[in-house]
Amino acid sequence: MADQTTNPIAFVAEGTIPPSPPPANEVGVVKWMRENLFSGVGNTILTVISLILIYLVLKNTLPWILNGVWNANSLAECREILAGKTGACFAVLTERWPQLIYGFKYPTDAYWRPNLAFVLMLVAIAPVLFFDLPRKLLIITALYPFVAFWLIWGGTILVPLVALIGCVAAGFVFQKLGKNSFAAGFFGAIIAALVVWNLGGALIPEGASENAVLSPVPSRDLGGFMLNMMLGVTCVSLSVPLGIALALGRQSDMPLIKWVCVIFIEFIRGVPLITLLFVASVMLSYFFPPDSTVDLFLRVVIMITMFSAAYIAEVIRGGLAALPRGQYEAADSLGLDYPQAMRLIILPQALKISIPGIVNVAVGLFKDTTLVSVISMFDLVGMIRGPILASTEWQGIYWELFGFAALLFFVVCYGISQYSQWLERRLATDHR
Amino acid sequence: MKKSVILGAATIAGLAAGAAAAGTVDDVKARGKLNCGVTTGLVGFASPDANGEWQGFDVSLCRAVAAAVLGDASAVEFVPTTGKTRFTALASGEIDMLARNTTWTFSRDVDLKFEFVGVNYYDGQGFMVPKELGVSSAKELDGATVCIQTGTTTELNLADFFRANNISYEPVPIETNAEAQQQYLAGACDVYTTDASGLAATRASFENPGDHVLLPEIISKEPLGPLVRHGDHEWGDVVRWTLNALISAEELGVTSANIDEMAAGTDNPEVNRLLGTEGTLGEMLGLDADWAARAIKVDGNYGEVFAKNIGEETPIGLARGLNAQWTEGGLLYSPPFR
Repeated sequence: MADQTTNPIAFVAEGTIPPSPPPANEVGVVKWMRENLFSGVGNTILTVISLILIYLVLKNTLPWILNGVWNANSLAECREILAGKTGACFAVLTERWPQLIYGFKYPTDAYWRPNLAFVLMLVAIAPVLFFDLPRKLLIITALYPFVAFWLIWGGTILVPLVALIGCVAAGFVFQKLGKNSFAAGFFGAIIAALVVWNLGGALIPEGASENAVLSPVPSRDLGGFMLNMMLGVTCVSLSVPLGIALALGRQSDMPLIKWVCVIFIEFIRGVPLITLLFVASVMLSYFFPPDSTVDLFLRVVIMITMFSAAYIAEVIRGGLAALPRGQYEAADSLGLDYPQAMRLIILPQALKISIPGIVNVAVGLFKDTTLVSVISMFDLVGMIRGPILASTEWQGIYWELFGFAALLFFVVCYGISQYSQWLERRLATDHR
Repeated sequence: MKKSVILGAATIAGLAAGAAAAGTVDDVKARGKLNCGVTTGLVGFASPDANGEWQGFDVSLCRAVAAAVLGDASAVEFVPTTGKTRFTALASGEIDMLARNTTWTFSRDVDLKFEFVGVNYYDGQGFMVPKELGVSSAKELDGATVCIQTGTTTELNLADFFRANNISYEPVPIETNAEAQQQYLAGACDVYTTDASGLAATRASFENPGDHVLLPEIISKEPLGPLVRHGDHEWGDVVRWTLNALISAEELGVTSANIDEMAAGTDNPEVNRLLGTEGTLGEMLGLDADWAARAIKVDGNYGEVFAKNIGEETPIGLARGLNAQWTEGGLLYSPPFR
């Protein structure tokens, strides 16, 4: 009390109070849990139920996975090793690993060829996916299909070489003639390619593949996840340009082109993929004589490409329709002709809008490649359902094999999806 | 593939050439390979092993035919077919013969224009029950729940059987054999019914096969055999008599172990005719004299092929049953080699 009289001011802070730590339930894990897991009665109940569910799932799967047997020669042996305990028999994966990846007929000593083709694919696809990379890398991309064909199918190098020269000739003719008239360049290019291919094909000596550096592998011997990858990559990369062409064709003012595109798209979209595959594998062999059929792989690629191109065309048409009319008029008012307007103004914007849809189709298409197992091609699922489950050693084993297949597909599809999200962020130049 | 792929024009030329096709025997000889249709995988009957080599009961027949016609048991291109693609593959000429546990029925033979050249396995629909159920005959299954694949003939056979015996059952419809195994093991049904060979193979894959029994009743006829296209009788004869040669070899006691000895000539004229040391049977077939000897050498006679792939020593463990020789109470009865 006495102080009060001598010091009329009760208290003067002489410095800032040191910050005290926040209350324990407002910081760190506790806060996060309180806000995100237990923020109310309803949410608390849901959290508890979820935890119980997660526990139940893990309780049943973890021992199964951790107890897994990786070394055994048959299911019976697995069961002997496990001696009644729960546990997966992953030995089937280790024993049949090459079959799951390459199919059961691809020559064992040639496994490095698809492996190399896969690595090269990553290199070739990089400049397409990431446009910060130097543009000169696109030369590798252009050469890749021919190199990959040679690596995977083997045989004489003359075949992909002739194909490459044909393409180069077509490009050359298109450059020359296309300046004046698109149609002249287009048809000129096709004729040039056909001429080169026919001449070159006649020049390739009979039996050139017999003593080639890389032993030839017929398409029938391809299989496993390799086949899924090959079908997926080939069909996606072919169907995007085809889809763009179809989408533009559908918007064309020229009735013939427009109606051809409309009928193609509507017909293909109205037919299930599996029907098209049956047509490819079964019906077409009625039309060709037994000795000179078109390769089964090629038939399937054509059918899947047509199928996904029709879908991609509709996705891109959506993108084109979403562009304001003013964009087209702006291009016209700049005096650009049709190819220039499309290439410089319309398509970059329309394609950007279409990315999620295209990726959606691509992911679906990649998973649909497993449908080829019903026409007795041994892709990953075909290998599992056919040879592996039908072997006396491994019949009766399901979870391990299909789980593995699901994992492989998930990894690839998740990768595609992540890329597309990156691409959308990268291209986000819109006016938000 | 190279030219027909890159040069689409070649196919058009091929169309004209293909119109004048020779007989299948000549085609196979010219090609140097037999295109044989098999399943994409059926335990014991056809499946590729870990090295990618096709193995199995049906596969052995393909190899025997290849050995008889081409002299090389490995000159076979195995074309895997599914239940849906098998008949078109044969009709379109993609394969020369189909050895794919296919049931010989009237409509397939007559309407689909195929020729079944024989029966290499007599199958039939059977029942599997857990041992603890204590059932020893299908007629005791009154009120049982039965796992059955929908849309198959087994479904109709089942209904017929239960109606004829005036007992009731409750069907549990399922889609595939794999699903059926899981359902049956999970106890969703008391009984699983499908072809007896399939039941045996399924049971063999169980963790405790001894806990399950196959009931003795077989309620349908499923004669499985190789088939070829209608109209090419020379080729049909080759396949038919290759199969008969394997069956006769067992009846006559010719095995892969003693065939070299017997091929030098024996006292039994039928063995001699079969192995080509007497008579001109091979010539009549358009092949050389020791065609049958080569076919038998591949995997042995019918009995050896059976024992090696699906017999009682294998995990599948099928008894010969109907597939024993006629002299031993079975149905295998090859016409004489004369």
